Amino acid sequence: MPLLELDAATVRFGARAVLDAVDLTVDEHEVVCVLGPSGSGKSTLLRAVAGLQPLGAGRVLLGGQDQARVPAHQRGVGLMFQDHQLFPQRDVGGNVAFGLRMRGAGKEQQAARVGELLELVGLPGAARRAVAGLSGGEQQRVALARALAPRPRLLMLDEPLGQLDRSLRERLVVELRELFGRLGTTVLAVTHDQGEAFALADRVVVMRDGRIAQSGTPLDVWQRPADEFVARFLGFGNVVPATVEGAAAVTPWGKLPVPEGSGQGTRTLLVRPAGVRLVAADAGLPCTVAARTFQGTHVTVHLQPEDGGPRLEAACALRRAPAAGDTVGVEFDATETVVLD
Amino acid sequence: MAAAAGRRAGAVRLGLMLGPVAFFAVFFAWPVAAIVTRGLKTDGGWRFGRVADVVGQSDIRHVLWFTTWQALASTALTLLVALPAAYVFARLDFPGRQVLRAVVTVPFVLPTVVVGTAFLALVGRGGLLDELWGVRLDTTVWAILLAHVFFNYAVVVRTVGGLWSQLDPRQEEAARMLGASPTAAWRKVTLPALAPAVAAAALMVFLFTFTSFGVVQILGGPTFATLEVEIYRQTSEIFDLSTAAVLTLVQFVAVGAILAVHAWTVRRRESALRLVDPSVTARRPRGAGQWALLTGVLATVAVLLLLPLAVLVRRSFDGGLGYYRALGDADGGTFLVAPIESVVNSLEYAVVATAVAVLVGGLAAAALARRDAGRLVRGFDALLMLPLGVSAVTVGFGFLIALDKPPLDLRQSWILVPLAQALVGVPFVVRTMLPVLRAVDGRLREAAAVLGASPWRVWREVDLPMVRRALLVAAGFAFAVSLGEFGATVFIARPDNPTLPVAVARLLSRPGDLNYGQAMALSTILMVVCAVALLVLERLRTDRTGEF
Repeated sequence: MPLLELDAATVRFGARAVLDAVDLTVDEHEVVCVLGPSGSGKSTLLRAVAGLQPLGAGRVLLGGQDQARVPAHQRGVGLMFQDHQLFPQRDVGGNVAFGLRMRGAGKEQQAARVGELLELVGLPGAARRAVAGLSGGEQQRVALARALAPRPRLLMLDEPLGQLDRSLRERLVVELRELFGRLGTTVLAVTHDQGEAFALADRVVVMRDGRIAQSGTPLDVWQRPADEFVARFLGFGNVVPATVEGAAAVTPWGKLPVPEGSGQGTRTLLVRPAGVRLVAADAGLPCTVAARTFQGTHVTVHLQPEDGGPRLEAACALRRAPAAGDTVGVEFDATETVVLD
Repeated sequence: MAAAAGRRAGAVRLGLMLGPVAFFAVFFAWPVAAIVTRGLKTDGGWRFGRVADVVGQSDIRHVLWFTTWQALASTALTLLVALPAAYVFARLDFPGRQVLRAVVTVPFVLPTVVVGTAFLALVGRGGLLDELWGVRLDTTVWAILLAHVFFNYAVVVRTVGGLWSQLDPRQEEAARMLGASPTAAWRKVTLPALAPAVAAAALMVFLFTFTSFGVVQILGGPTFATLEVEIYRQTSEIFDLSTAAVLTLVQFVAVGAILAVHAWTVRRRESALRLVDPSVTARRPRGAGQWALLTGVLATVAVLLLLPLAVLVRRSFDGGLGYYRALGDADGGTFLVAPIESVVNSLEYAVVATAVAVLVGGLAAAALARRDAGRLVRGFDALLMLPLGVSAVTVGFGFLIALDKPPLDLRQSWILVPLAQALVGVPFVVRTMLPVLRAVDGRLREAAAVLGASPWRVWREVDLPMVRRALLVAAGFAFAVSLGEFGATVFIARPDNPTLPVAVARLLSRPGDLNYGQAMALSTILMVVCAVALLVLERLRTDRTGEF
């Protein structure tokens, strides 16, 4: 039996369905990350599970129990808010102990658990510090400790690392992943950052306009995006309509090779930047280099086909990258090409 | 399910509003309606013809005209004097700024009677100006205008300066980078942002001066009377109830119109402005212009606000401690009891009035702060402001008429006085609490709920700690206002239980130096009590508490 089950959960704001008949399950000890652009309904999803947002239709079940009549404070789930929402008039210890206090834990019990959690999130001895004096990363740790303290059966995270700078974010993702693995916590997180989702989750759920567009392991979703929306949201630019016949596809870029066993007929085609190979100007599809952007490990070259077709992105080693304005030829690699839909 | 939640929220709001609405119905609407009915209804039915009759009388028209133009003149003069001060307190950083900000607020909570007395000591017969240069202003309108400026200076400094200090200076800098000169940037960016606050402050000042009673009663002499003074004269001296009822209606309509405009400007003031922490916007004065402005404002504060109070205190000591000692005697003939007992009366009444005002106003603010407030609630908001402007004299007299028979016979009860005072205190409580309650981030409440706090616990753990200071500030305002309330109290305070302002007024109405000196001494005591209450509050004051 799954720990959390959403059954056709629907939330409407006026005429707009922010959650549109969403079905979702989260198993015990699973870390699920909901990924989607802003306005796709992911925060509403968390609020509905927490009991902060009443459903218009459908059901939320926790441990098999319908939660319709259970108010937020009795659901036993934890929620870490996007901007943390630490209680400003309490110190760090007071924030972490809050949930324990609400459950009537004794003073000694509270103090022991606060110490334990601050240790866990890497802020030992910070219990007496004022919340106002914490850095963004420290606030995030306190918010996590506060959410974990009452041992919720499900921990939900709303854009957990959203406001932190990049290096801190990358370090904290690793820490969180390790922590959840060690504690066996069941986690439902939402984020708009695919890197965060892929690094954190056992399973990624992509949302679009209140519906689930795709659900699968990070590798699945990355390798085989379900449709054009998911592909573009993951940052892939080389997506075009195509007509597939056997191992070849007719596209605005000409005839491309596709992997054996691809779907046939009118489809959408994705070529990953690594599958766009630059060759001599007189071979393949002739293109002009419109721009190049440095990505650290490689250079992304933006190419304009000379016959006026859609632009292409190619990943290419720094030393071999052509300059803007150069004319090059393009060939396509079937192993980096995916037929969608 | 969503509909059920909506219904529940509506029921909670209704429950919160029930108490305040009942309070206002019984202790405000009913007395006012009773007195208007008494004046306009005879055995033969309603006599609406009286309205035209009364307004047609030349002496009444004179009162209406004077009430309006003195209010306009007072408002203009107050803006002229106080707007530079609003800038100085908002944008210039100088030593003693916090203390001075508190000091300029003292006059606002001073009883009108004290203000009148202080100006009498400054510009009246035997006053400081009379002694020095033989100048007397107490028979001219200038005394009234200056007293009104004195009284309302803080309204402008607080309302306009409060917003000014929170305007993001980078907005002006952005305009500068787009090619605007300093004056152009101020005119195009800062002024439009301030305009609604200036308008709101001007309307408040107009409202207070339009309904001015104590100040005009003491400084106006026989020549000058506002509507409120005329209502008092008609009810308590001429006993012409129908004229008083008509005047009450006229004032009611005028005040209603002013409050409607005020509510509209306040809503505009709350519109999308980028506000920042006031502590980061003030700078040390730079350049001759800013130093001159600072000096000018400090000089104005000294002459206009501090001098009258200083003169009042000095006059009270003219006979050494003689006047203060005389306050302890009951044989002066003015009262049935020693004047000093009015201090105790006032304090007792004010404590009860404060408790009532905080309870009623707190419930009302809690109802108004709920986010799904609709049109009905906004109407309720305006209703709560009405006691600020409706003739206090009418309310006081209405209490005597309406609450003197079963089911509610309170005529002999001491509770009448605190109830009338609480009525005036409620708007202050609401205005102070509301911004703080609205500023509590709803997601903090949600965070507490998810951590297992029931709705009641959420209120106790999240809301209460945040509004505790505002609650104290509100209580202090209500206390000061109750202490100084005069218009209603003068009717309902029993002769053997006068309050401080009533005792001062009675002493002033009697001839002789001893009575005059005792009035000064009693006023000084009242001023000290109010000032201490306010200075304590200023220490508690948070950035977010309301501006008036």
